[in-house]
Parts: sequence; C-alpha cells; structure tokens
Amino acid sequence: MPERRRISVTVNGRVYARDVEPRLLLSDFIRHELRLTGTHVGCEHGVCGACTVLVDEELARSCLMLAVQADGASITTVEGLAAAGAGDLHPVQEAFWEAHGLQCGFCTSGMLITTVALLRDQPRPSDAEIRAALSGNLCRCTGYQNIVKAVRLAAERMAS
Amino acid sequence: MTVVRRTEDPRLLRGMGAYVDDFDPPGVLHAAILRSPYGHARIGAINVSAARALPGVHAVYTAADLGEFNQPAPLVVPHPNLTHGRTQRPLAVDKVCYIGEAVAMVVADDRYIAEDAVGLIEIDWQPLDATVDFRLASQVGKSLVHDDVPNNVAARLEQIVGDPEAAFRNAAHVFEEELFIERSCGSPIETRGVVAVFDPFQESLTVWDSTQAPLTIKNGLANMLGLPEFKVEVIAPDVGGGFGTKIMMFFAEEVLVPWAAMQLRRPVKWTEDRREHFISANQERGQQHSVRVATDADGRILGLDSEFVHDTGAYTPYGMVVPIITVTQMPGPYKVPNYRSSFTVVYTNTPCVSPYRGAGRPHACFVMERVIDRIARELNLEPNEVRRRNFLQPEEFPWDVGLTFQDGAPTKYDSGNYPAGLALCEEIVDIAAFRREQTEAREAGRYLGLGFAAYVEGTGIGPYEGAHVRIEPSGKVLAVAGLTNQGQGHYTTFAQIVANELGCAVTDVTVITGDTGRMNWGAGTYASRALVTAGNALAIAAGSVRQKVLALAAELLEVDASDLELRDGAAMVRGAPDRALTLGALATAANPIRYAYGQAANQAALRLVKPREGAVLEAGQEPGLEARGYFAPERATWASGQHAAVVEIDLPTGDLKFLRYVVVHDCGVVINQTIVEGQIHGGVAQGIGGAFYERLHFDESGQLINASFMDFLMPTAVEVPEIEIAHIETPSPLNPLGVKGVGEAGTIPVAALVAEAIEDALAPFGVRIREMPLSPGRIRELLDEAQA
Repeated sequence: MPERRRISVTVNGRVYARDVEPRLLLSDFIRHELRLTGTHVGCEHGVCGACTVLVDEELARSCLMLAVQADGASITTVEGLAAAGAGDLHPVQEAFWEAHGLQCGFCTSGMLITTVALLRDQPRPSDAEIRAALSGNLCRCTGYQNIVKAVRLAAERMAS
Repeated sequence: MTVVRRTEDPRLLRGMGAYVDDFDPPGVLHAAILRSPYGHARIGAINVSAARALPGVHAVYTAADLGEFNQPAPLVVPHPNLTHGRTQRPLAVDKVCYIGEAVAMVVADDRYIAEDAVGLIEIDWQPLDATVDFRLASQVGKSLVHDDVPNNVAARLEQIVGDPEAAFRNAAHVFEEELFIERSCGSPIETRGVVAVFDPFQESLTVWDSTQAPLTIKNGLANMLGLPEFKVEVIAPDVGGGFGTKIMMFFAEEVLVPWAAMQLRRPVKWTEDRREHFISANQERGQQHSVRVATDADGRILGLDSEFVHDTGAYTPYGMVVPIITVTQMPGPYKVPNYRSSFTVVYTNTPCVSPYRGAGRPHACFVMERVIDRIARELNLEPNEVRRRNFLQPEEFPWDVGLTFQDGAPTKYDSGNYPAGLALCEEIVDIAAFRREQTEAREAGRYLGLGFAAYVEGTGIGPYEGAHVRIEPSGKVLAVAGLTNQGQGHYTTFAQIVANELGCAVTDVTVITGDTGRMNWGAGTYASRALVTAGNALAIAAGSVRQKVLALAAELLEVDASDLELRDGAAMVRGAPDRALTLGALATAANPIRYAYGQAANQAALRLVKPREGAVLEAGQEPGLEARGYFAPERATWASGQHAAVVEIDLPTGDLKFLRYVVVHDCGVVINQTIVEGQIHGGVAQGIGGAFYERLHFDESGQLINASFMDFLMPTAVEVPEIEIAHIETPSPLNPLGVKGVGEAGTIPVAALVAEAIEDALAPFGVRIREMPLSPGRIRELLDEAQA
C-alpha cells in the first residue's frame, strides 16, 4: 500500500485529522475526503479558478496544492462563507443572487472566494480593479457582466 | 418590470449544488480511459497484464473484452445524402481516427490508481499519416480516415431555391468571396462526468450524467444493456454548462461506465479531466466558404451561390445537422429570392464535430454579413444601407426561405421586425457621434472602428417536450419538465409560468428537470428550445390543473367557476375574498380519502370531503390536482437581433479592445428579462472568444498542441466589455406563450461584426477580414500584407 501521512487541517473552523497519500490533491481532499463538494474542479492546472479557497487567509488554487502541504493550515471554502446553520447568506453571496451573478453555478464558489478576498484587501475597488481581480477565474455562462455588478454591489453594501 | 430572483441560487451560492462529480455512492470505483496518443494509428498488440496486476485495479477493458456490446453508436440524424456516415464504437477496434479516441478503460479503487494503471497498458502502435486540414481532406492521395470512405467525403448536398443561374446572368453586379472559419469548442467549466449504480436486487440501473438529454441516454442505455426502459433512470443533476457539447448519442464513457457498473456489481464513476475534454469531447466550427452574390444596381440581392466544405472530424454522430443549419440560416434577415447552396462534409483525424452554441449559424452569419460589406464597399454605400435595402419587412411574415430546416419542417420565419431593430441599434450607438470620435482618435494615432451585424435564429424546434404539474396538500406545487437545466434558470422561468397559471407565489413552485424517473417524455435542452417546448408544455399542464382547481372550488364554494379567481395561493370568489379555499385545501379535497397529514390538511379533509353515495371517483375521474402537458411546435420560431460594437486596434501589437457592445434582441415575449439578458451576455462573451481568442491548434499529425486553458484562451473579465441591451418583442404566433428561444443568439453575429469593425478601424490601410478567429498576431500580418 502507498505511504500515508497524518495531517490535521482546519476547514471552516472545524479540525479534520486524516491519513492521506502524499500525492492527494488538496482539491480532492476537500471534495472527496471531507465531502465539502462546493469547491469545484474545472481544469486541475490552476487556470480556471473554480477550486479557489482561502488557505491561511490567502487565495489558493486547491488543485495546485497537495493535501499534505495544507497540514496545520486553516482553510475557508464556500461552505464557510455564510454562518453555519444561519439563514443569512454572506453579503457577497447575497449580491451575486441579487445581481444574477451566476448561471450554472460551477465557477461560482471560486468567484465568491476571490471576491471575499478582494473586498477584504480593497473595500472600494474600481470596475477595472474588479475585472482584474476576477481575471484568474473563468466563467463560460455569464460574460462576467453581472459578476462585476455583483462585486460592485457587495462592495457598496459592505462599505456602508 | 418585476425582477424575479432565481430560486436555485441560494443552494448554488452555498456550495450545495449537486453536480455529477459530487456523487460518491458507497463503494464507488473510479474509471480512467486510455486514449489514443495519435491522430491516426493502427492498434497492434495490447498488453494489459501489468495494469491488471496493479493492486487496487478491479478491471481493465479493451474492445476485445466488450465483445458484442462494442457496437457503433446510432446515426442520430440520418439523411439520404449522408452516403458515408460513420459513428464511433465505445472502444476503438483495429485503428484510432483521432487523438483522444477511447481505447481501453481501467476501473480501480480510486482515480489515482486507475490513471497509474492506464500508464501500464502497453500498445504496439503503428502511426499512420493523418488528414488534418479539412480544406484538403478530399484531395486525391490524402490518408483515409475510414478505409472504406473514398476521398474522406461523408456527404454532399446541393439545394436550389428559385433560379439562381438566371439571377446571376441578369445581375448588374456579381461579387465573390473566399471565407474561412476555424474550429473551436464549448468548454463548459464543468467537464463531462458519469456515475452509474446497478442494483442487482431490483435489476435496475441509476446513472447520473452531466448531459443535456437524459431521456435519450436512458432509452438508448436500456436498449444496449438489455434492460427494460423502466429499470433505467438517468439523472442530469446540476450541470455546469453545456453549450451543446454535452449532448451526444453517445459519448463512449456514457456507455462504458454503466456497463462496467453492471459487470462489477459496484458503482462506477468517471469524471473527465480538462485535457480529456479538449481531445475527446465534441467540437465545432470548421468551414471553408466560397460565396458569390448577384445584385441589382442598387445593391439589392438577386441571387446567392454558396459552396462550402464542412469539417465533421473523425465521425458523423450528428449527420449533416450543422451544415444544414448553415445553409438554411445563411439568408438570415435578408430576402434572397434565388439561392444555390452546396456543401461537402469531410472526415479529418480530429475529434468529432457536433453542434456547439450557435451550431452552424455563426458561420452563416459571418458569410452573409461579409457579403453585405462587400456589396457596400463596391457600391460605395454604408453597410447598414445595404442591410436596409435587403431586409425582410415586418408585413412580409410568414416568410418562407424555401428550404427544409434541421427539424425537417419548412424554414419559414414566423415574426420579427428587423428594420426597427437596426434603427434602434443605430440610435443607441449614435453613429454621428462615433464618427466624430473616430476622426479625432485617428488624428491622435488611435484606430477605432464600428461594426454591425444582423441575424436570425431558428429556435424552439420539436419534436416536443412533456411536463407534469401537481399541487400538494401543503399548497406547494411540483412542476416537472423532461428536459434539463445547464444554468439557463429553468427552475425560475418555469416556476414563473406555472405560478402565473395557478395564482401562487413563484417560490411555492419547485421545478424538477433532467430526471427520467419523473418524466418519461421529451428530447432535451439544445437548439434554444427549452422555453418554447417545455415552457409551453408546463403552461398547458398548469392550465389543466387550473381548470381542475376552478371546477373543484366552484363545487365546494357553490359558485360558478367563472366567478372565481386564482390569486395569493387560493381560489376566491371575485369581490368576496373571504369566500376562498387555499390551493392546499383544494389539493386535500381532491384526494377523497377523508384524512390527511398535518393539521391544516386534516381540517380541510374533514371539512371538505363529504360522504357520498357510490364510488368517490366517477368513471374517468382522477384524484388530485395534477395534469400532464405536452407541446409540439409545428416548426421553429425565429428570434432575431442586431448587434454593434466599437473596437480599438492597437497598431503596434495588433491587439483588439472592445470599447462598446450594443445588442438589440427579439426573442418574442420575455418571461424573465434578467435571465434573458444573462443568456445574451454569456452568448456574446462566447462569440468574442470565437472571434479573437479561441482556436484549436492541431499539428499535421492530428495532435492538439494547445489542450489546456493555459494555451486555449477563453476571454476573462478583462476582455469582455459591458454589454448594452435593448429589447424588441414580436410575439411568436406558433406557441401559446408567444416566446422564442434565446440561448444561442448572443454568439451568432459576433464574428461578423468584429470583422466589420476591424475593417472600419483599419480602413486607412485597406485591411480585409476573410477568416475567423483572429488574433493580435494575425492582425499584424494582415496589416503588413495590406501595406506590402
């Protein structure tokens, strides 16, 4: 049997300890070991951004990391954005809903996480800054227009 | 306008969507496919012993292991002129015809082991010369994609309307163009995927498939696997984009994975990776056009003669559908009284071609609009003036183009107003202001250009779709459609249609799509047909339920049904809203068993279900408030639009930037404007990709050398501009809701108007655009050629 290593990862505030193969991708660990399937996989070569999560508060493509590299890290996935069990969506999720910022929903988790990080670092971005920040996340449905609108809306709401 | 927010969104926003790869049934095994590394090669000896011996591997299948099961897929759309149609087997036998063709499948404990095992399979490959450039595929001496298909020609078709020869003989002007459109692909962000569970106790098969047509897959699988149709259920859960790519009868994995699940008595899963998507999912667009146009002295089209070559890739799973759409849609919004079209479908050693968003229309629009521009240039007219002189007029509907459309019905436009659309588009653009800006910019060394394009789209084709609507005792409403949703917002739009019939809240209607266990009748979501077919089927089903509600409420409230209205989730006497029964109470009463679950329902049952003599249901009467509905359109309904763009070309680099993008669109009655506009945004973005960024580069051996998102460039948020949209509504007379499809519309005219805009921007250099897609490098080449 292949070698396995013990890792401990905090995901959305909960600690998970697992034995994993060193070659297991972080994206597969999150999706299939932890069954947090909101993080999607679109290319597995770090371009589409669908698998974007926060690792120790920094944006990361979970398909470009191994699970063992996340040992000891704290990760936020889309499931961690809205308060657990609460009826309310995160203001960024709410804005995406209101502005029709999603169609098939597959790129959405990455878009949401990217937006959360953008607005944390730059609370009042210009349209050009929004588009630049989103340019690492591919969407094939929306033409980005309503995603940009949603980010703008979320920025306004969160700043006020 | 009331904005209806999508009912499906909170689930998707929380990461609670359910896409195929999210299903991990207990005990699931994982499949990986060995694909051809060659564009064209003979398969010699296959040695799978090392792969089979790898710990964790449960099975390795080659064509020999499949035996009789390994049959060619059905030819879905036969045609008498498709003389040499060929379809693919699940696993290749003797030779492979394109890179990516499936040769073997491994099933293992996990995907990592399965891929390890694929790497251990040894095949004695004998590479063959490949035929890749479709423009040369039918030349003598070219390598044959299929040994028994001479000259690589699958089909030829010539069609004639009117008397084109006479038209050309008598024309004041005749112009010719050679135009070329390259291949692209849909690239949904969710790749394909299949999960199959066989239950040996029930002898039933359940398949989760990221498909646009689960009913067709279900019936086909039942036939292939020797199961009754009612023992097979195919579910297309949340699907992460389709764009035509996810409808195929059948992709190899859709057949292999269920078969393996039955063989192994274990759930089996396969998820396509992105590289696999590039080389094994279907693609589209490659066509080479020679076109001649005959006009009178004023630029009115007298005749059109179009010859083209269509690249079908290695097989013809969709027969001649794409080139037939090109032929029938080429006249577009213009009156073309005399028309000859002929095309040749050729095989190449490249992945299969089937409809991708637009499906033959972007090519047709590109050719026709290039013809319009050529006429304008030769006669010194504005292109829009040539458009106006040739537009079909609003009073001329219905208009018969004289050809048979892809659905076998006449190509007969039902309604539209093209001159009004173009006028509105021009007004929004403000051409005079733009020309001033353009002049000033040129003086400053900046090159701006304006382009327009007009198109029509035959949407909402048959055969039909089915729907089912039921009111529950809770007052909630179930609405089922047989077709699927890939992000088009059907859960919301369909709920609006049902809520409108039943007078309840949109949020009280739950829409289920893509589950063959819930609805057995229909075809699928493709060809911009879902709203026209399933939307009307739901309206018909909900209308029948409405009649049942009114009849029952009239009986219980002892009034005439005509005195009742349905609103706020209840049937109430007009002018006396205190005399009302909720839909839930009526649903309870419609199930005459005298008890019900839940306090409100039980009280309603006790109050409303009266003892009666004899049977509680009369002969022919059904319990419950439910109905099925079906809608079969007699022919396509024709959406239309006019787009305009202002672009800037950066001379030193050849890069293109959109400064404005304007859409005037007519899809008949609009049910949900937000969703319609979202569809247009996405379509335009895909069109922009196809015009300036996306191209599949095959080398001469058939190798795809840019099979990753690093090298196949899809537009990002930085490249796609803000899109300004205005609507025109000419309701369709062909369906009760008056709607037309919108899914593909945005994509169709983009290449055409980008060409016009670039020529306008680079007019000082006389650059001519005769191909798509372009790129910065190609713009530089064209500039150099023009200046040479």
